Amino acid sequence: MKPLLEVEGLVKHFTVTRGFPRPVTTTIRAVDGVSFAVRRGEAYGLVGESGCGKSTVARAVLRLIEPDAGAVRFDGVDVRRARGEALARLRRRMQIIFQDPYSSLNPRRTIGQALIEPLRVHGIASGRAARDRAAALLDEVGMPASALDRYPHEFSGGQRQRIGIARALAVEPELLIADEPVSALDVSVQAQVLLLLRDLQRRRNLAFVFVSHDLGVVRWFCDRVAVMYLGRIVEEGSVDDVFAAPLHPYARMLRDASPVPDPSGRGALPRIVGEIPSAANPPAGCHFHPRCPEAGDACRAAYPPWRRRGERGAACVLV
Amino acid sequence: MRVDAAKASPLAVAPGRRAVARFLANPTTLIGIILCTLVVLSAVLAPLIAPHDPIEQNVVEQLKPPTREFPLGTDYFGRDVLSRILWGGRISLIVSLSAIAGAILVGGAIGMISGYVGGLLDTVVMRVMDVLLSFPSLILGLIVVALLGPDLANLIVAIGLTAIAPFARIARAPVLALKERAFVEAGRALGFSHLRILFVHILPNIVSEVLVMGSLWMATAVRTEASLSFIGLGVKPPTPTWGGMMRDGFENILDAPWLSIFPGIAILLLMLGLNMVGDGLRDAADPKLRTE
Repeated sequence: MKPLLEVEGLVKHFTVTRGFPRPVTTTIRAVDGVSFAVRRGEAYGLVGESGCGKSTVARAVLRLIEPDAGAVRFDGVDVRRARGEALARLRRRMQIIFQDPYSSLNPRRTIGQALIEPLRVHGIASGRAARDRAAALLDEVGMPASALDRYPHEFSGGQRQRIGIARALAVEPELLIADEPVSALDVSVQAQVLLLLRDLQRRRNLAFVFVSHDLGVVRWFCDRVAVMYLGRIVEEGSVDDVFAAPLHPYARMLRDASPVPDPSGRGALPRIVGEIPSAANPPAGCHFHPRCPEAGDACRAAYPPWRRRGERGAACVLV
Repeated sequence: MRVDAAKASPLAVAPGRRAVARFLANPTTLIGIILCTLVVLSAVLAPLIAPHDPIEQNVVEQLKPPTREFPLGTDYFGRDVLSRILWGGRISLIVSLSAIAGAILVGGAIGMISGYVGGLLDTVVMRVMDVLLSFPSLILGLIVVALLGPDLANLIVAIGLTAIAPFARIARAPVLALKERAFVEAGRALGFSHLRILFVHILPNIVSEVLVMGSLWMATAVRTEASLSFIGLGVKPPTPTWGGMMRDGFENILDAPWLSIFPGIAILLLMLGLNMVGDGLRDAADPKLRTE
């Protein structure tokens, strides 16, 4: 079966020019050749430390940030070449939910306005029908229809996140890009929102690109996962495989560093060596080698090629 | 926790309505509103309430101090100062209102678009605004009036021009912050056009800031108009203007000080009222800025 979303060799570099009178331009390789594919109805996780480029990938796929190179295909359509009408049609089919529920809703517009506007812009419904649809969307995310005439500041973070989800669902997308959708919420609320997302995924057969730094959440929610480090995917595979027996030393380090429900079940103590290097000046060879306990001369010389192991793969010489 | 729920209920009111309540609860604002209303009413009703004709000369009554018949005295041509002040308010209000309204529309649009588009356009536009800002507004107004010639429309254009740059700045700054907010990104992801995002989503969030500055800048416009009239670059005599009346009075300042004092007080009251309203608006729009 053809994947719903295909990303190939995605690149996004940011340049920062600073200094006077001799400006220095630094290039930050936020995303440096990322490829993955998401099947219809599948939840695909992107994990990594802050600054590894996972949110940039999410935005570049939607072209909220224009990628510099690479290909993004949605259901066979080239997203990067789409213009005007075609782009609007594509965007209807993939939506995004944001990390910060406080800035994701316009403070000056009621919930009803926020939900009805996309319906009207895309000619899905108008007038009375649009209002009914908006109420149905609220119901779908577990909010009462009375919320329609209220303003965002009247709701809690969790409720706002539900409203943001309802707004994304308004245009009936097939793919939802969730950029750290629960990391700004209290733990108890996180669980509710995650249950809602899973429920929606099943009911609407939604595909997800789920960006998170919380391995526990990704483990529970996703089918497959990619571990990113400094703008590149270092390991990919099914959630069960990757978390049970990580191939890449970085994936192992991440796994060992994340809390487990039963501390006695934890094997070796987490090995955290050093800080994540700057994406403006990544180390030569394997980006991870300065922190890697098993790095050898080969790792310092060249970036390791991608190696497959059946359904999974990793960019490491040890695989 | 029932008490808390009851206390929280004002939150259920739209944010705009709470701001209006805050606005009216402030005594300074109230005085400001009264002053402005007074000036506006007297200017609008001038034809009905002015006891004398503001232009017709009556040399017999020349330079009379305040009396029952002429409550604020008469000028060199025997014209009633009170009537002239009432009529003169019209010029001040028309010029400052139209000039600031124009400056808000033009400057606001420039600032919003410049900030939203960003990049080279933003840099170029804002440097041009900096150049405009570097002229004191009186000098800029003077240059424009000198080039175009003194009449009502040119005066409005001149004063409006002096206020375009400040409004471009005021409108641009919040746009820079707002365009990074997730709701703008959400709008783009939902396929909204840039125009829709700019005017439906960003504009309502900057209106209050721009209006606050609008009322404060109206006071400046009143002063600039008066200054230009004072140096003879305002609306031509015999049309009464406050600045022009002050200048005319200067020739007889020792014999008839009321000629300059009363128009001066009129200017003072209008500027004071506008500033008080502006301060009140600012406090109401953003309670965090309120001084303790």
